[in-house]
Amino acid sequence: MSTSATITAAIGLDEAAAFIWAEGELLDRLAYKEWLPLWAGGHYVIPIDRDASDPVDALNIAYDDATMREARVKRLLSGFSMSSAPPARTVRSASRFVVEESAPGALTVRCAQILVEYKYGRTRTLAADVTYRLVRTDAGLRMAGKSILLLNSDEDLFGIGYLL
Amino acid sequence: MTDPANELVREDRVHTSLYTDPALFDAEMDRIFKNSWVWVAHASELPGPNTFKTAHVGLEPVIVTRDKAGEVHVLLNRCRHRAASVCEKKKGKASVFVCPYHGWSYAPDGALRMVPHAKGYPADFDKDEFPLLSLRTESYNGMIYATFRDDIMPLEEWLGPARKWIDLFMKQGAGFGVKALGEHKFRFPGNWKIQLENTTDAYHFPIVHKTFLDSLDEETEDVFDVLGQGGWVEDLGNGHSVMVMIPDLIDLEDNLDAPIPERFAALADELRAEGHDEALVRKVVRAVGGTGFNLNMFPNIACSMAFFRVLRPVSVDETEIQHIAIGMDGGPAPANRMRLRLHEHFQGPMGFGTPDDAEGWERVQRGAQAGQDVWIMVNRGVAAPDGVAEPGHNAGDVSSETGMRAAYRMWKRMMEA
Repeated sequence: MSTSATITAAIGLDEAAAFIWAEGELLDRLAYKEWLPLWAGGHYVIPIDRDASDPVDALNIAYDDATMREARVKRLLSGFSMSSAPPARTVRSASRFVVEESAPGALTVRCAQILVEYKYGRTRTLAADVTYRLVRTDAGLRMAGKSILLLNSDEDLFGIGYLL
Repeated sequence: MTDPANELVREDRVHTSLYTDPALFDAEMDRIFKNSWVWVAHASELPGPNTFKTAHVGLEPVIVTRDKAGEVHVLLNRCRHRAASVCEKKKGKASVFVCPYHGWSYAPDGALRMVPHAKGYPADFDKDEFPLLSLRTESYNGMIYATFRDDIMPLEEWLGPARKWIDLFMKQGAGFGVKALGEHKFRFPGNWKIQLENTTDAYHFPIVHKTFLDSLDEETEDVFDVLGQGGWVEDLGNGHSVMVMIPDLIDLEDNLDAPIPERFAALADELRAEGHDEALVRKVVRAVGGTGFNLNMFPNIACSMAFFRVLRPVSVDETEIQHIAIGMDGGPAPANRMRLRLHEHFQGPMGFGTPDDAEGWERVQRGAQAGQDVWIMVNRGVAAPDGVAEPGHNAGDVSSETGMRAAYRMWKRMMEA
């Protein structure tokens, strides 16, 4: 079996959903070191402006390439960031999957994510439309982009000491 | 009020009730925010005729408008008929503001233009009696302020020696002018003065922001060694102060021949490749990282290294903060992109700095529930290095709490007035 045949096989919605659920579970239990290798290039983006044409020229909440993702994970796990040591506990779920674009070995899928966080006796909800760019590699599905558009992206938020 | 301020603020300490007493908060909104110059906008946020943004002066929502002739107005966001807000957008273009309830419409200068079904009012109904209420508005070097008071000192006098530092801060426009590029907005469950203090608090920086410092290359980490460069904090009067952390970055038009820092080398190459001459490249690269000081202006605005920090009291234990990113108006795109990335790196709800600040401020508010009669100490500081502060100004070393004492002295003056 050649690798390229595997890589160009279409990505089905079931397979994508399973990946996204597994990724969410990793993030909820702060398994950030297992999360980093799930990337194959691209950016981790949390935009502010809901109409920005290209986040590179806009102010974002996060706009991380591989280097910044690694730096962010290092910071969150360091034990020296008071907002992350410990962070709020989180539980998130993803649903309402919509395929935006399908190509051989690649899928862009958008879903609804509801995250509840808990800290200091307080629970807060963050809802978002999350768009994943997934690609098939010989090591399995990988993210080539993830954009988290919070429902209240352009409103007042609060310090977030974990990964969305 | 029977002069509680005198009991609650001493030269070296302030009483915990300043963070926790709702009655004091109400008094502050009245005595401070209705009697001072409150920052509402930067000129670049109103980029042409008939543009606007919404803001607050203290607790009161306002619309900041630029009319057709270019004049700026600050209007209470309340229809003169039955009080509905006339604008709920953050910013935009509008030549008229129409109340959604009964359709009264107002010009950008606040004048009442049209009243639907006007014949339901007596013949002597005079539209001139019902404009949107307009606050006194003045600006300095692009910084737009408003006040409820017609009889307080002019803005320039209110700012006093802070003006020099505003002028220095605006040099990061690299000759293009400063432009607002976007903003981070967040709240923390704590009193507004906790944030006011923080802007002149270099002492916390290496501790709270250790993970930010760890994320920098070695050369940049040295630049951000804010306690180790002979900086100082200087009382500028009227509650304003400046904290100089990186003396080399006070004047961005100085030292243009210095070697380009490693972290800006790629940007310099990109600018050269775009055909900019070496003088401009050096000016832009020197400006791109921002200044080396925080100018803290009482009561609600700071020019903080490379951005505007706006604070808005919401209640005694709730405060909203905006970090407005700025760039070069019409400057090279790669330079503005770098400014956006630098801002995202530290600021905002998921920056490498802000969430730890916000957590710290929340911890202050939580801790202040204990020992209600214990004092908050702001007595830290030794003499400023020789020859750095303006002669005659009260100044201390960079990690001194001189700026906090300056702010609380103004707080006391206004609360006793």
